[in-house]
Amino acid sequence: MVPTIPFNAERDTRMSICRRTALATLTALAVLAVADPGLAEPKKDFKVAWSIYVGWMPWGYAADTGIVKKWADKYGITIEVTQFNDYVESINQYTAGAYDAVTVTNMDALSIPSAGGVDTTAVIVGDFSAGNDAVILKDGATLTDIKGRDVNLVEFSVSHYLLARALESVGMSEQDVKVVNTADPDMVGAFQTPDVTAMVTWNPMVSEIVKLPGATKVFDSSQIPGEIIDLMVANTQVLADNPDFGKALAGIWYDTVTVMASDTPEGAAARAAMGASSGTDQAGFEDQLAATKLFAKPADAVAFVTSPDLEKTMDHVRGFLFDKGLLGSGAPSADVIGIELPGGKVLGDNGNVKLRFSDTYMKMAADGAL
Amino acid sequence: MRWINRRPSRGATLALQCLPFALLIIAYLIGSAIRLEANPNDKLLPSLATLADTVNRMAFQPDPRTGDYLLWSDTAASLWRLFAGLGISTVLALVVGLLIGLLPLMRATLAPFVAFVSMVPPLALLPILFIVMGLGEASKIALIVIGVAPILIRDLSLSALALPREQIVKAETLSASTWLIGLRVVLPQVLPRLLTSLRLQLGPAFLFLIAAEAISAESGLGYRIFLVRRYLSMDVIFPYVAWITLLAVVGDRLIDLLRRRAFPWSELEGAR
Repeated sequence: MVPTIPFNAERDTRMSICRRTALATLTALAVLAVADPGLAEPKKDFKVAWSIYVGWMPWGYAADTGIVKKWADKYGITIEVTQFNDYVESINQYTAGAYDAVTVTNMDALSIPSAGGVDTTAVIVGDFSAGNDAVILKDGATLTDIKGRDVNLVEFSVSHYLLARALESVGMSEQDVKVVNTADPDMVGAFQTPDVTAMVTWNPMVSEIVKLPGATKVFDSSQIPGEIIDLMVANTQVLADNPDFGKALAGIWYDTVTVMASDTPEGAAARAAMGASSGTDQAGFEDQLAATKLFAKPADAVAFVTSPDLEKTMDHVRGFLFDKGLLGSGAPSADVIGIELPGGKVLGDNGNVKLRFSDTYMKMAADGAL
Repeated sequence: MRWINRRPSRGATLALQCLPFALLIIAYLIGSAIRLEANPNDKLLPSLATLADTVNRMAFQPDPRTGDYLLWSDTAASLWRLFAGLGISTVLALVVGLLIGLLPLMRATLAPFVAFVSMVPPLALLPILFIVMGLGEASKIALIVIGVAPILIRDLSLSALALPREQIVKAETLSASTWLIGLRVVLPQVLPRLLTSLRLQLGPAFLFLIAAEAISAESGLGYRIFLVRRYLSMDVIFPYVAWITLLAVVGDRLIDLLRRRAFPWSELEGAR
C-alpha cells in the first residue's frame, strides 16, 4: 500500500510529470522532500514550534489563553503553536521546513538551521540566561578543581559552550577535562552515581542538583551575561513575504510577558500556570525566572540586540562552533556563515548571510505600531 | 504454467534481489536532488558526493581533536559492548536454560521468574540501571543482558523441553545419569538452537546498545548518531545506519556459519 503524499497544490503544478510519477513511488522519502525549506509564497497559515524552557513557557500560555488567536485574527492569519518535548527535534523540524518559526538559543540557531542553509531571522529576543546554566562540582570548592575530571554534559549544547567559556576564564582549556555526553533527562540521577564528579547542565536540573549533598555550583551563566540568548526565530523568506506573521509573533510575545511579569493576581496566575506546565509550581518557576534576564519591555530587547555586545557574543559563539566543526565539515573558517546584526553590519561572509538579528518587530512593539 | 511453479533463472534472481535496493537508492537520489535544488546547504538528504566526503572524513581521516579514526573507534567501542552483553547472555542462557529444561525442580523454581522478568520492558529500567551501576560500561552491558538473556533462556528451555521424551527414557534405560543425559543427549541438540536464537536477538541487542549509548557515552555508534542528530548531520547518520545494518548482517551470517561448522548435525533437521 502506498501512503498518500500531501502535495502542495501550487508546488505540484511546477513539478514535471516525470518527477511526480517518480515521487509518487517514493513514499517516506518523498514526504520529506515536499516539506520544502524556503518555500516562499504569501500564505495565511503558519506553524510555530516551541519546547519547554523557562524563557519559552509564555508561548504555551499564549496558545492556551487565546492570546495567539487574538493576534492571528487581527492580521487575518492562523498560527498553530505546537509544543515539542524534544528541543532538538523541534529545531530539526524547523530546519527541515515543517515549521515557520521555532524557539531556539542563539548558538543552536547558528549551528542547526543557519549551518543547514536555512536563512533564519531572530524575530524576538526573549531573554538571556543569567544563572540558568551552571557548572556543578562534587567535592570541589572552585572551578579550578575541575582539572582532570570527567565532565558530564550534553555535548555541543549551550552547556558545552558554558564549559568552554568557564575554562577559558581560569586559563584552562577543554584538554584539561574529559567530556562525557549525557542526556539531559538523566542528569539529576547521574549526579548521584559515584563516578560522576563534575557536570554542566541547565534549569530545572541545576536547581535539583545543587540541593544534593556535596554539590557546589562553581560557575554559572550570570558570569557570562548576555551570551546564552533565547530567541524566537523564523524563516527569513517566510517573514519577508509575510511581515504580518512577524508582527503577530511580536504582539503575542509582549502581550504575554507583560501579564507574566506583572505583580498582579493575573501575573501570579500566569506564572503558576507556566510553572505547572513546565512540571514545577509557581515558586519553582519564579526561582528559574530569577536566573533569567527576561526582556519584558520591547524597548529593552531592542537596546540589547542593537548594542555592540551582541557582535562580541556571536563572535565567541561562532568561534566555539567552528572549533567543534559544527559550521560544516568543510568550513574554512568561522566566517563561512554570515551573521547580520541590526543596522546591516555583517559578521562573516557577506554573500552567505544565514542568521539575521532584527529589531524590526520588537521596535514596532516598542513604538506601539503593531 | 502456474505462477507457483515459475522460478526465475539465476540472473533474474540476482536482478530481482537487487531491485528493492536499487529502488530505495533511486528514491533517495530523487528526493535529495529536489531538496538540494531548493537549498544547496540542505542537510536532510545529502548528495552522494557529500556522503562520500563524510565517510572519508569519519573513516579514513584522523579526527583533528582526538586523533582517532572516529568510525573505527566508535565501532570498536560498540562491538565490545555488544560482544560482552551477548556473551554474558549466552552463557546465562546456556546454564539457566538447561537447568530449567532438564530439572523439574529448577523449572518450578525459575521458570515463572524468568517468564516474568522477560516481560519487563528493558528500556524503562534504564534510569534505574544508570543509578545502580553508574554511567559507565557496566550499565550499557547490563541493559543488553536484561533485554536479551530472558528470551534466550526461555527459548533454550523450551527447545530442551520439546525434545522427544523417548530419547530421555532411552538414555535412562542405558543407565545414563542426569549429568550424562544433559551433556550427551540434551546439550548437543539445544546448542545449535541457542545459536539460532542468538542470531534472532542481534537486532534487539543493537537496539538496546544504541539506546544506552544515546544517554551517556564518549564513543560508540549510537553515541555518534545521537550526537550529530543535534546538528541534523544526516551525512553522518545515513552511513552509520548503513554500517550498523551491515555489521548486524555480517554477525548474523557468522553465527550461522559457526552453527553449521560446529554442529553439522543440526543442518539435517533443516533448522535454518
